[in-house]
Amino acid sequence: MELKEEDIKVLDEIISKYETEQGMLIRILQKSQKHFGYLPLEVQSYISEKLNIPISKVNGVVTFYSLFSEKPRGKYTIGVCLGTACYVKGAQEVLDAIKDELQINVDETTMDGLFTLKATRCIGACGLAPVVTINDEVHGRLTPSDIPSILYKYIKTHKKSDLETTEVK
Amino acid sequence: MKYAPLKSINDLNKVKNQTLKSIEMRLTDVEKEIDKYHILVCAGTGCTSSKSNVVRNRLIQELKKRGLSDKVKVFKTGCFGFCKLGPIIVIHPDHTFYCKVDPEDVDEIIDKHISKGKVVEKLLYRSPKDNMLKKRMDEMDFFNHQKRIALRNCGVIDPEDINEYIAMDGYKALANILTENKNPEDIIEEVKKSGLRGRGGGGFPTGKKWEYAKSYENDKKFVLCNADEGDPGAFMDRSILEGDPHSVIEAMIIAGYSINAQQGYIYVRAEYPIAVDRLEIAIKQAKESGLLGENILGSSFSFNLDLRLGAGAFVCGEETALIHSVMGLRGEPHPRPPFPAEAGLWEKPTLNNNVETYANIPIILNKGSDWYSNIGTEDSSGTKVFALAGQINNTGLIEVPMGTSLKTIVYDIGGGINDNKEFKAVQTGGPSGGCIPKSLINTKIDFKSLTDIGSMMGSGGMIVMDETDCMVDIARFYLEFAQDESCGKCTPCRVGTKKLLEILEKITKGKGSMKDLEILKNLCYDIKDSSLCGLGQTAPNPILSTLHYFEDEYISHIKDEKCPAGVCNDLLKVVISDEKCVACGICARVCPVNAITGETKKPPYKIHQDVCIKCGACIPKCPVDAIYKR
Repeated sequence: MELKEEDIKVLDEIISKYETEQGMLIRILQKSQKHFGYLPLEVQSYISEKLNIPISKVNGVVTFYSLFSEKPRGKYTIGVCLGTACYVKGAQEVLDAIKDELQINVDETTMDGLFTLKATRCIGACGLAPVVTINDEVHGRLTPSDIPSILYKYIKTHKKSDLETTEVK
Repeated sequence: MKYAPLKSINDLNKVKNQTLKSIEMRLTDVEKEIDKYHILVCAGTGCTSSKSNVVRNRLIQELKKRGLSDKVKVFKTGCFGFCKLGPIIVIHPDHTFYCKVDPEDVDEIIDKHISKGKVVEKLLYRSPKDNMLKKRMDEMDFFNHQKRIALRNCGVIDPEDINEYIAMDGYKALANILTENKNPEDIIEEVKKSGLRGRGGGGFPTGKKWEYAKSYENDKKFVLCNADEGDPGAFMDRSILEGDPHSVIEAMIIAGYSINAQQGYIYVRAEYPIAVDRLEIAIKQAKESGLLGENILGSSFSFNLDLRLGAGAFVCGEETALIHSVMGLRGEPHPRPPFPAEAGLWEKPTLNNNVETYANIPIILNKGSDWYSNIGTEDSSGTKVFALAGQINNTGLIEVPMGTSLKTIVYDIGGGINDNKEFKAVQTGGPSGGCIPKSLINTKIDFKSLTDIGSMMGSGGMIVMDETDCMVDIARFYLEFAQDESCGKCTPCRVGTKKLLEILEKITKGKGSMKDLEILKNLCYDIKDSSLCGLGQTAPNPILSTLHYFEDEYISHIKDEKCPAGVCNDLLKVVISDEKCVACGICARVCPVNAITGETKKPPYKIHQDVCIKCGACIPKCPVDAIYKR
């Protein structure tokens, strides 16, 4: 992707807010990812230039932490908790059901750009195990048979919002 | 709400007395009739996930609609611990504990409880033991065996209001220190005498750590809080941060005073959005109240505190890796010495403690080291918070005195195993710990006793397993975790954990040999001896402990090619129960490889194992549940 003028403005704002403090690279990357949804190489290289940190080092940090992504993500990120509590309560079967339903593997995005599937670490809702998060929403006490209807809900919401935007046009 | 800056201990006491009056009804049994109510709604992650925020908003709306907002106040509060029953609300002054509250129940609560003073029975907790309804927390077995010290304010105060923390003797320890201009050595001595040991896993004596950090002079020093709770299945620190963030902040300021540091950082996981929010609010309020920043409470001492968010790396819980991450670098560990106490953040002396450790400090200083050291065992004083999860009836967060037996935790507090299945093991210490078998259920838990039986305290995750959990698969699960989270800096961990995982996968597929067990063991010890940091050194523990206590399960996987718990898919057969089969023929029709044969109305049908691909397509289709995996 090419950085547009407004993107550069956002990046400059983020960088100028944090560059005075020591060791803020991770925070700058987090804020940038929030804006772009992911961290394309162009963003990384812009940050590297501005902060005067070698791009290799910036990329080293981006690839080290699992919350950073170099690829665009779907509209909905599905996180299947694979913490121990969820695992012993059948999280693996839930994950398999999602894979099967969406026909994607972990860390992949569906062709329509709707869902990205992630296996996450414990989110601490162990009382509700097994747990799946879809964007910020938490779904707990799941069985594989719950999956299709939950995913369908999101597909429906998406279609509705899609329809509304086309109508406006 | 705006907070006026507090300039002295008198200002603090004023706030305390004022706030205490308004929250008194939560703390005691008020005799006289009050026509005011406080409704506390759990706003921890567990209850929020089951929509406690919707319940709260609905309560506020409905009360407003009925003009009851002055009479009834609704508050957020921290985790009650009984996460299984979420969303939980407690109504004071009568201390009524309602569980599994649905937004639809709000009307009834207001109509019945608030307006008529009657209890809504359907929302009360029914004890499975005597089948009786329990109205208050102190009537429930789950709470009766607990002693809440680190969690003292969770479920009592609103974590988003600093004044409520002050009402509970918050910032009193700090104020006393600053007003009396206490000698740092005396504070450290008091912490040492309390016998408090690091709650993050290692169990290093906290007072000693403070003493080391104090002994290195420098123009800049730092206080760190490790809130990177990465242990899967553990949520103690998160609950403290969500329910009582000021206890950690106060302790860090005291630590700063004691070791002569002016800057602190809390390194918290980005996966804990609620905890991050609460910390941000708490820091802001502490700054407004003059408890953080320049000249705290009018004294000459200044201390600043900032948050640093993790970005998803388990290894950052290791202190040297955490230090790199706070500096914005890759979170890779480095060899010690030098220890952080000598050269930590930006090569400056740095004190690093875990969340729960800090949460204990203010109350120790208020009540005295003798009070604290009398709780628990000789080896480990005080209490420990555990996250109880897995195949147990009462999942949740508990705090018990050190020395409490596993049996008390699993059966009395935890309410036993789900569906009356047979208890098999408890896993403590997460990916660094081990499994404790049924035969050792009378073990009294403290740092030493757990290490002695091949596990460890760890940060406090406690996963209960039953007969349907395969111990080889559990070891494989942890190794998959360790391998995935290995930062790759040192070879024993990077390559070794991968090798261990490969062997375990081979065994769970029924392709292992007895020689593999030998290799597995030797490799485990090599990795323990030669890894750079704690993550690698402890990664083999789940294998060693399961091999020690459950070797027979490994052997059945290898010799009999069977998984006794019925978990490892490659070793299972899909079979039809002769008694149950009604010979409808549906299974034969859905089988993609025609492995099922039989004659309609002449049961039973048979699955030909040499043809079956174990896809399991037939299982949900059977109308009488006659097909299962074995």
